[in-house]
Amino acid sequence: MLDVRSCATLSEAAGILSGDRQALLIAGGTLVMRDVNEGRLTEGTLLRVTDPAFRQVNAGGARVEIGAGVTMAAVLANRDLAYLHAAARAIGGPAIRTMATIGGNLFAETPYGDFTVALLALGAEVVVQAGYGSGRAVPLEDFLAGRERGGAGQAQGLVTAVQFTRPQNPSDFLFRKISRVKPKGISVLSIAAHLPASGGRLVQPRVAYGAMAPVPMRARGVERVLDGKPLDQAAIQAAKQAALEGTRPATDAIASDWYRREILPVHLGRLLAGEPR
Amino acid sequence: MLEMRKEIFADERDDNLNVVGKGVQRQDMPGHVTARTRFFDDHAFDGLLHLKLVRSPHHHARIRSIDVSAAERAPGVKRVLRGADVPVNKNTLLSLINFGKDDEPTLAVDKVRYKGEPVVAILADSEAEALAARKLVRVEYDLLPTVFDVEEALKPGAPVVNETYPGNYFEYHQRFDHQKLRFGDVEAAFARADHVIEHRYQMSPIEHAPTETNGTIAAPDQNGRYLVHSCAQGLFFSLDTTAKIVNVPSNQLHFVGGTVGGGFGGKVDSLTEPLTVLGAMLTGRPVRYVLDREEEMLYGSPRGAERIYVKDGLMRDGRIVARYIRSYFDAGAYTRLSSYAAIKCTAHVPGPYSIPNVASDIYVAYTNRCPSTAMRGFGVTAVDFALECQMDRLAEAANMDPVEFRILNAYRDGDMKPHRRVAKNTALVECVQVAAEKANWPISEQARRASSLTGGGGERAQIPATPLDERGQIGRPDTRNGPATQTLPAGTTRIPLSKQPVFEGARDGKPAPVQVPRYEAPPRQNPPPYDPAIAPPSLQPAYQPAASAPPLPIPPAAPAQPQHGAVRFSSVFGTRRR
Amino acid sequence: MAKLPVQFRLNGSERAGFVDPAGNLLDLLRRGLGDFGPKYGCGQGTCGVCTVLVDSEPQLSCLTLAISCEGKQIETASGMADGPNLHPLQQAFMDNFAAQCGFCTPGMLTAARALLTKNPNPTRDEVVEAISGNICRCTGYEPIIAAILAAAAGGAGMRRA
Repeated sequence: MLDVRSCATLSEAAGILSGDRQALLIAGGTLVMRDVNEGRLTEGTLLRVTDPAFRQVNAGGARVEIGAGVTMAAVLANRDLAYLHAAARAIGGPAIRTMATIGGNLFAETPYGDFTVALLALGAEVVVQAGYGSGRAVPLEDFLAGRERGGAGQAQGLVTAVQFTRPQNPSDFLFRKISRVKPKGISVLSIAAHLPASGGRLVQPRVAYGAMAPVPMRARGVERVLDGKPLDQAAIQAAKQAALEGTRPATDAIASDWYRREILPVHLGRLLAGEPR
Repeated sequence: MLEMRKEIFADERDDNLNVVGKGVQRQDMPGHVTARTRFFDDHAFDGLLHLKLVRSPHHHARIRSIDVSAAERAPGVKRVLRGADVPVNKNTLLSLINFGKDDEPTLAVDKVRYKGEPVVAILADSEAEALAARKLVRVEYDLLPTVFDVEEALKPGAPVVNETYPGNYFEYHQRFDHQKLRFGDVEAAFARADHVIEHRYQMSPIEHAPTETNGTIAAPDQNGRYLVHSCAQGLFFSLDTTAKIVNVPSNQLHFVGGTVGGGFGGKVDSLTEPLTVLGAMLTGRPVRYVLDREEEMLYGSPRGAERIYVKDGLMRDGRIVARYIRSYFDAGAYTRLSSYAAIKCTAHVPGPYSIPNVASDIYVAYTNRCPSTAMRGFGVTAVDFALECQMDRLAEAANMDPVEFRILNAYRDGDMKPHRRVAKNTALVECVQVAAEKANWPISEQARRASSLTGGGGERAQIPATPLDERGQIGRPDTRNGPATQTLPAGTTRIPLSKQPVFEGARDGKPAPVQVPRYEAPPRQNPPPYDPAIAPPSLQPAYQPAASAPPLPIPPAAPAQPQHGAVRFSSVFGTRRR
Repeated sequence: MAKLPVQFRLNGSERAGFVDPAGNLLDLLRRGLGDFGPKYGCGQGTCGVCTVLVDSEPQLSCLTLAISCEGKQIETASGMADGPNLHPLQQAFMDNFAAQCGFCTPGMLTAARALLTKNPNPTRDEVVEAISGNICRCTGYEPIIAAILAAAAGGAGMRRA
């Protein structure tokens, strides 16, 4: 039978996670409780973290840190994180957002996990604490690659927070989730883009996709063709041409891989051009 | 708001109605908004056991062994059920009206025929304990070849899905492999049509996805009775089905229900009632069995897939002169209600259009997919989708506006339908006119002046000469494309009884080829003799709505079907017994 | 596994029960405490019929650990009416025919109540967003939206939510 243990500190939880392969962190419960309810998870220990640091947000400075236990609703309530509101609002309905956490979203399987797409475009790092030591910052891309290999989860320790550099200009950050059900549905795909510009030209843009690969991915081809260019018609056209580079979408109940490939360039073009969905 | 066109439906409705067309508060609304409405699961019982199923992970496999010993010893487990524990472990839903053969076990015994088929049931003190014990059941399978496509399933040599129907088709009247409709001569009409247009249409299965999943709570009551809180849409249908399967008189079951959290057709199959009652009988405890969402979506029977071929003969002036429809219902692994769907489909073709030559062959095929069942207009919805897509294509071919094209071909009062009944109270013309007006779709003055009340009858009321063929006899797949064998004279409303024996009985465990019923011309001008054993009392000429099978006597050689439940008359199925 | 005690206020009354450590709030409310207002529809966070308020915030009780509710305020649709007097949202649902089978109704009412508490004068889009996690499979969304807007116009959010 499943047991539940409450941990007063992040270190305690990290220590148990590193030592007990049957231990699993439960935060908002939107992923773990589903497995409990449907009988996939019947043995082991669920760990709850009551440490306030798990739910802390430091968003005022240039370097932003969001605790892994921060909910989507808390992100939406934080004015300093306005550039992330579109991504947070894309997650579920209000009840899910009261529960679902930033950390949990890092583990949500495709086609879920849209908030992680936004973090990827922000160049975020994941703070992972293994054992009773201190946290270590891992690039989100590496973290996701590990997740795809099957090495993520408790084996790596506890995800305590995500960190990233605040966009200098919030309007440089774009996010769009494409779903068939209105106003809210599961992703056909999602796109996030951080497009800082200097002197009318894009500087090291970052573009990320959700549901276009087994885990959220960077759109390297798009970033390459946009870097150093003004965001004009020609650049957008080039971005659409390069949109599919590296994508490996799945066919699932929401959409076929063909459909995802067909519509990705269209929606990328609209997002970059500031056009509505 | 409701509008009654008295000029069309003069005799249809009293003008002094108190409720229709007015807003009246529903009686169940106060319960709904106060959350006091009790659905089947909203009942507390002390000592409630929870039932969870082990389901087949394979689409088609022989069961080599089932080992439940570890599950029986697991914490909280009170009982583990297998097929041998089910008193009557073979049923078909419409056996209650004596239609079709028992073909579906409650728990699989020798083999599984679709992914998700129930194999073992576990009853435990808590859901968590039942779920944990579920993982301890060991079932060994030998995989069998699968078939998922309706037309592949009907080919000679296809894997036999359901041994009750070894040809992979439902057997109508134990004689025919499909439902057949013949009216006029479609082949001759195709030959002289200006255009012949044929298209293939495919509908996928659709899950009802009720917000309340299927489920039941059953509890021992006094006097050996059982109280059953059921989600069933057809409560007494479920009661009788359950009584048959657990083998108790129906008056020992007290079904409570009728408050359904969304059904849409997905709660007529008694998916949970029999096992729940059986669990309560065998443990003496209240038992709750509720499908989880994944089970509901994957294994709660959906609207069946359908493949439909429509072939039309079209004249340049826009008249459709012939329509042939060949359609396949995907029943999945068991019949459930698909046999009825094909009858409804046959009764619905060729759609609401006056076409002088119509033929259809509608099959129910078995595949290794989840059994399909009723859903809102099943049997009609998909063929209507196909027909209306086809109508748009015909309009384009005739270079006509699609709205005017429909008005041109719509039934008028007095037209003879292919089922040999006269159309009355037709109103498609007016519906299309109103739809065009609401959509601001311009139509011609001529189309605007058209009326369902004029232009019908006369020549359009005649029954044409109709060729018959041998297609559709059980055991003779080679005859499915046979030529015409005889022609019914114009005006024939029904085929009288053949005096010849037509059924040779089973040979080698398989249905044998049968002899075609020969048309024997009745004396001229005489109406068909009234035979109380065949014809419902009616002022209309006696007619079997599902035109596949001429009414035939049950041959003495046919083995008696096990029968259960009340004996009823069914005009829908064209059979009855007394 | 030993059961654990949990205590909270349910619709204003102090209630307690014993649960499996990993038991969810929905099971405790329904089978432990006999409040059948929240329903089971999916157990996975897609349908919203189990929506309850936990300290005034909407949550899905099927995905909430029961023991995490220790000391909290839980409110369900069963507790919305004040004796025989319906909550304005309940009255608006009645007046607008905003229920068919009734199964989604408690969750819809709770989601609407959460909205009006924070936003007494929502726009139509805000209403749609507020019930976007609640499925009505009878597809009666329009009357539900109309009912919530009518309740808001009548001051439901201001009076008491």
